[in-house]
Amino acid sequence: MTSNTKIRLLIIAAVVLVCIYGIIGLPTSTAAVAANWRNNIRLGTDLRGGSNLVMQVQMQDAFKGEADTVIQRLRDELAKASIPFADINRNDPDFDHANSIQINITGVPATKAGDFRMIVNDNFGAVWIMTTVNETDYRLTMKPTEALRVRADTVTQCINTIEKKINGLGLAESSVQPRGESQILVTLPGVDDPARIKQILKTAAILELYEVQGGPFASREEAMQSKNGVLPLSSQILPSAVRGGTPVEYYILARTAVVRGQDLRDAKPVQNSQTGGWEANFVLTQDAATRFARFTGAHIRDRLAIVLDKKVLSAPTIEAKISDNGVITNLGGHDEAADLALNLRAGSLPASLDYLEERSVGPSLGADSIRQGLYSGIAGVIAVVTLMLIYYKRSGINATLALILNALILIAALSYFEAVLTLPGIAGIILTIGMAVDSNVLIFERIREELRAGKAVVAAVEAGFGKAFLTIIDTHVTTIVSCCFLFLFGTGPVKGFAVTLVIGLFANVFTAVFVSRTIFNWELSGQKRAVTLSI
Amino acid sequence: MELFKNTNFDFLGKKWPFIGLSLVLTAAGWISIGMKGMQYGIDFKGGALMSLRFAQEPPVQQIRSALENKLPGEISVQQISGKPEVLIGTEIKDEKELNANRQLIEDTLRGMFGSSGGNIDLNNSSAIELADRLRGPLQQAGVPLSEQDLQDLCAAIMTYRAGHGGILRSADELSGVKGVTPKVIEVLKANVSLGPFTILSTDMVGPKIGGELRRQAVLATLYALAGMLVYIAFRFEWIYGVAAVVAVFHDTLITIGLFSLFNKPISLTVVAALLTLVGYSMNDTIVVFDRIRENLKMVRRESLENIINLSINQTLSRTVLTSGLTLLTALALWLFGGDVLNGFSFALVAGIIVGTYSSVFVASPILVFWQNFRGKGKPSAAAPVARETAGQRKAMRG
Repeated sequence: MTSNTKIRLLIIAAVVLVCIYGIIGLPTSTAAVAANWRNNIRLGTDLRGGSNLVMQVQMQDAFKGEADTVIQRLRDELAKASIPFADINRNDPDFDHANSIQINITGVPATKAGDFRMIVNDNFGAVWIMTTVNETDYRLTMKPTEALRVRADTVTQCINTIEKKINGLGLAESSVQPRGESQILVTLPGVDDPARIKQILKTAAILELYEVQGGPFASREEAMQSKNGVLPLSSQILPSAVRGGTPVEYYILARTAVVRGQDLRDAKPVQNSQTGGWEANFVLTQDAATRFARFTGAHIRDRLAIVLDKKVLSAPTIEAKISDNGVITNLGGHDEAADLALNLRAGSLPASLDYLEERSVGPSLGADSIRQGLYSGIAGVIAVVTLMLIYYKRSGINATLALILNALILIAALSYFEAVLTLPGIAGIILTIGMAVDSNVLIFERIREELRAGKAVVAAVEAGFGKAFLTIIDTHVTTIVSCCFLFLFGTGPVKGFAVTLVIGLFANVFTAVFVSRTIFNWELSGQKRAVTLSI
Repeated sequence: MELFKNTNFDFLGKKWPFIGLSLVLTAAGWISIGMKGMQYGIDFKGGALMSLRFAQEPPVQQIRSALENKLPGEISVQQISGKPEVLIGTEIKDEKELNANRQLIEDTLRGMFGSSGGNIDLNNSSAIELADRLRGPLQQAGVPLSEQDLQDLCAAIMTYRAGHGGILRSADELSGVKGVTPKVIEVLKANVSLGPFTILSTDMVGPKIGGELRRQAVLATLYALAGMLVYIAFRFEWIYGVAAVVAVFHDTLITIGLFSLFNKPISLTVVAALLTLVGYSMNDTIVVFDRIRENLKMVRRESLENIINLSINQTLSRTVLTSGLTLLTALALWLFGGDVLNGFSFALVAGIIVGTYSSVFVASPILVFWQNFRGKGKPSAAAPVARETAGQRKAMRG
């Protein structure tokens, strides 16, 4: 054996060890091996059972939210500077035109134009562009770069919130990923009926506390009448939440909230020791607690409304100064209290979500698919190996070894990259095996040709590998090029296909060209003068 | 063992009947598509597909009429031949229907088979639901279980269920499961019911994302083809790139046509199969082209047609062997791979056959056509300047 062959064999042995370690870890016991195998080979939800949800982030909500904040602040700033105006409002863009959000300000006296401009520029100039419509009216539009930032931020915030909610449910293996520009893919392994999760994700859970200015009233009209038909600008009317058949009532509340969703620090479900009913306890951040203490101290005997998702849950009277915690009482049961607390903890979504796609596979179908796929795969491989052995005799063993090593590298790479094996991924593996067989066939046929042309065994092997190498590189690079495009432009399944195929192709170049060659060299170096080759 | 030794078939001489066959196949497929329309699976057109397994032979007619009363739009209820399994397909016209759809179908079916009287359905519940349900009753029945034991017990029952087709017919079946004592079975019998069906899978796709997926799959494939064209043009000559891509396109068109002829819907997994066959066919074509390039360098005086014929003959043994072996794997997958993989493996089987022959009878003739178009009779116009080598005549023999 030449030293070159020895080095090659060492490299191959090292690769095999690294691969085996990647798949089963250090084999300390059979149980450890089995556990590592299960952890390292990640099957997609289509194979092991589970759910996939694709959601559309309703971007326009985020843009409207941004505009509403600006409107609120602008009203305050203008009031402070005593600049009168007739109205400030925004348009109502749909999903496809979310970027075209605009704020219209009308009736600013021409004499105050300079002051008005200064206020707008100082406060909102970084994000908004102001255009003059006429002498008294103005329009704000969002800068394109800022619109992009809002979009990206919205998706990130949604993903973070969803992650918190899902982790709170104890679904550790699940994943939340962005998909395309404005979609989110949630993968929930082992969950084959995602109804409860969808309910939790859908709930915005925006908790706000408002000062009560009047109510409850039986209808919105009655509430209006109490203010002589004109609702002050600083007030709003909100309905109560329907609970156990009680009729909807209406409250007049202050427009600005005392406490908002982002002021919450923690929330948890608790059981009331006296009534036995379930409640959700919440704790405020330090900053909010100071504000809340000041407010409640000044408003003892007034009422405070607890509002969830724009519905009044209750309107208790403030008995004493409260600093940092509150409770939502009268919930349906443990599950409702736990889900509400979870939603409060996770915070609210910056935009609502629409479900675009929902796929779930029960565990038994997943098991069936794996079993059938595996059996037919094994049947196919056995047939291929048998034929190779018949057709190429001893060299067939060579090809079989290369094939096995190829599969080993592929599985190990999937494990190291933490890639998930799905049905389309298996398609990629099948193509890989096909191309691996093809590489060997190419090489062997070439060697046979060279032998037929009268070359000596060593020279024929040399020439066979040399000539087949170019072909193998061309076929593989072409496919890798196409995979790059599939990965860049494709979605989920197409991507999964591309990833496994690329890994497989790289493994293939290594096994067909390097490993197979080494085995030939080894075999030939065993003979004193290589005169025969079983091919 | 060798099948083909020094063959000398005149492949290009017989190209016309095969090109004719290609045209007929393509035309037949596309006429079928023209008449029936492209048959997309729910992945691409939106809709819901629910697959259920029943304990007994399912009353397909009854299910259909019950669902037609409850759900809007077109409904298909179809039994998988030879199995107590049913596929229910419903329309989803709007993303809003996505939420209600599954619940509606489940409730309708449950109503059909009689409600379970407040007990949870063991055939359609998760381990967590089961644990929640059994926690109290087990305690009352005096079965001492820690929370961990309870979770393990429920997980074991779920594993048993999954291993037995997802459907249990009697609680007594569970007696062999770890942790299940006669007492546990008693509690089970009192607290769970065994529904007549289990849901194997549900797929619900809104029409919006369906259209988007379709566009993206087509775009990704076209970009991939363009990428391959550029690479081949760079490594060979641009006409080789064009010829290879035309051949692959031809294979895809024929396979899609076959799907329409056999009334098989195009789903995302079928797209994965189409990508696989693009890979196979491209691989096959490049092997032949590679040989043509090599021979063009060595043999200059032969006509391009003869060189191509020689190259195809030289690679024939590899072509037949590789295609034969991969076809074997695809056939195994088609015959034993189960329903989930059926569309996938069908596309592979069809694709490998068409892909192999397109390298010989579509891609190669294009090279000859192009040469004839550029200058009639000019010997090997597509050949790069090659040095005369002593071995050129010998190489002709192969």
